[in-house]
Amino acid sequence: MRITPAAIVAKVKSKKSSNNNLSNNNLSNRSSRLKMLKASYPLLLMFLPVFVYYVVFRYIPLIGALIISVKKYQPALGIIGSKWVGLEYFTQFIDSVFFWRLLRNTLAINFFQLILGFTAPIILALLLNEIGSSKFKRLVQSVTYLPNFISSVVVVGIVVVFLSPTTGVVNSIISKLGMEKVNFLTEPSYFWLIYTLMVIWQTTGYSAIIYLASLTGINPELYEASKIDGAGRWSQLWHITLPGISSTIVILLLMRLGSLLEVGYESIILLYNPSIYSTADVISTYVYRRGILNGDYSFASAVGFFQSVIGLVLVITANKLAKKYTETSLW
Amino acid sequence: MKETKGRIIFQCINYTILIICMIVALYPVLYVLAASLSSYEFLAQGRVGIIPMGLNLEAYKRVLTYPMIGRSYINTLFYTVAGTSISLLLSILGAYPLSRRYFPGKDFLTKVVVIAMLFSAGMIPTFLVVRGLGLYNTVWSILLPTAISSFNLVILKNFFEQIPYELEESASLDGCNHLQTLFIIILPLAVPGLVTIGLFYAVYQWNSYFPAMIYLRDRELVPIQIILRDIVIQNQTNDLSIDLVKGSDQVSESIRYATIMVATIPIMLVYPFVQKYFIKGIMVGSVKG
Repeated sequence: MRITPAAIVAKVKSKKSSNNNLSNNNLSNRSSRLKMLKASYPLLLMFLPVFVYYVVFRYIPLIGALIISVKKYQPALGIIGSKWVGLEYFTQFIDSVFFWRLLRNTLAINFFQLILGFTAPIILALLLNEIGSSKFKRLVQSVTYLPNFISSVVVVGIVVVFLSPTTGVVNSIISKLGMEKVNFLTEPSYFWLIYTLMVIWQTTGYSAIIYLASLTGINPELYEASKIDGAGRWSQLWHITLPGISSTIVILLLMRLGSLLEVGYESIILLYNPSIYSTADVISTYVYRRGILNGDYSFASAVGFFQSVIGLVLVITANKLAKKYTETSLW
Repeated sequence: MKETKGRIIFQCINYTILIICMIVALYPVLYVLAASLSSYEFLAQGRVGIIPMGLNLEAYKRVLTYPMIGRSYINTLFYTVAGTSISLLLSILGAYPLSRRYFPGKDFLTKVVVIAMLFSAGMIPTFLVVRGLGLYNTVWSILLPTAISSFNLVILKNFFEQIPYELEESASLDGCNHLQTLFIIILPLAVPGLVTIGLFYAVYQWNSYFPAMIYLRDRELVPIQIILRDIVIQNQTNDLSIDLVKGSDQVSESIRYATIMVATIPIMLVYPFVQKYFIKGIMVGSVKG
């Protein structure tokens, strides 16, 4: 499922206030503490199935990834019976001809998404914020949010039929302009652009709403005060609006970093084909082919684990930097 | 209020850009709708815009009478209803304790939820766990591994936290236990939150194809999105006997459009009525605090 970061924003923001609540509420004596503990048994019991879910489907795979990737896992022998191979699969991956290609593609796609995909919703939110009429604003919000609810199969399907070399809209425009038709989806040089535009179409409206929410949280008195001081619209934008949403920007950015290397493999798997692997194949799609299709579980786990570790390092580093320079951080 | 000239020009440009944004967001969907209803000649000539040309329902007839589509449609309905119910139940059970003021282990368990939101375990180990539990090629492989979204759980927790504490306090003075408090006091007040995340879960299940692709072998079990993929996205079609799109190029083209619409129309029909919940859900998730 797509990670959606709004909740984290709230969590970080409310951390301070909830701490205060707790200290106000400090239970005065031991007996009432014990009573409360007893009273919360049903709560623990209630949480149990959720805890089991997280352990089974989130944390066991997390630990399992580490174990499988240092063993030559064979389903017949089980995890324990399989042979220990250490870091063999990691070195095998790093030495393989695919390594640099996968890394380059993954980073390039991320680069375009950060430059274009990350700024587009901020701009949309800023433009929407300038609109006084709330009816029009709401209309734009709902319409641009719509693509987010269309399945990736349909979105990719639309891209495929639009770019079709025989009947696609794009190519019929190209041929009307007197140029030669292009088979976009078998031409490696177009993939990054196509994918980036597709993701922008899908997610901009959605992300803009998060920024809009944070824009409405800016104290209107700040604008009033700056007006009296003679500040123009531009200086308001630079000195009030952008700093006002900077913590949201930083947190969304940090949230993205954890899954940075994953990119949108679900739609890439649908969109690519062997003729454009040279630009479209990313680490996750490679893991899918090696692991799910070929059954090289250990090798694919090692590659996936390598990816998670880089993601982890990125988040921790970026979080440290963010803490140091912007006073906003995930933890 | 007096507007300066520059301001008026800016607003004109601003409105224009936003209208273009709306057109860009809507055009592909309207085009597919128009194309699915148009006759083949117009489609082949590339004369279809966003208005159907030479109304033709043949494609829909063929799509709707294709047995595999009916079967997978029923599967999708089942996964959506069952999946959403399981997800909602688990999210309530998770969110309620975490929203209480005094709950031992609250910090630790919140971390359990949030860390899972930041780091996904990876495709292969999850696949092996699902297979190891014997869920492979069963409906449970679709319903269970993605049952909880940490994001939705935290949204619901935020909804619960907004309910005034005094209400439960008086409930507990009246002798309500936690379960009674939850069902009698909290849930009725959190209906907007439940609707919001229920819709998030439902849309997710309706749209998802990836778990079905890796966990389901049996064609009788697959959801509509898998059939849609086989019909619409050719490069993935590996002789899965989709005879629906064999034959003339033009006919198969409009059948592709019609299949997209058949799978998407339910979302389109529901969207105008529920989009305010979606927007509200994100707002609650982010504005708070």
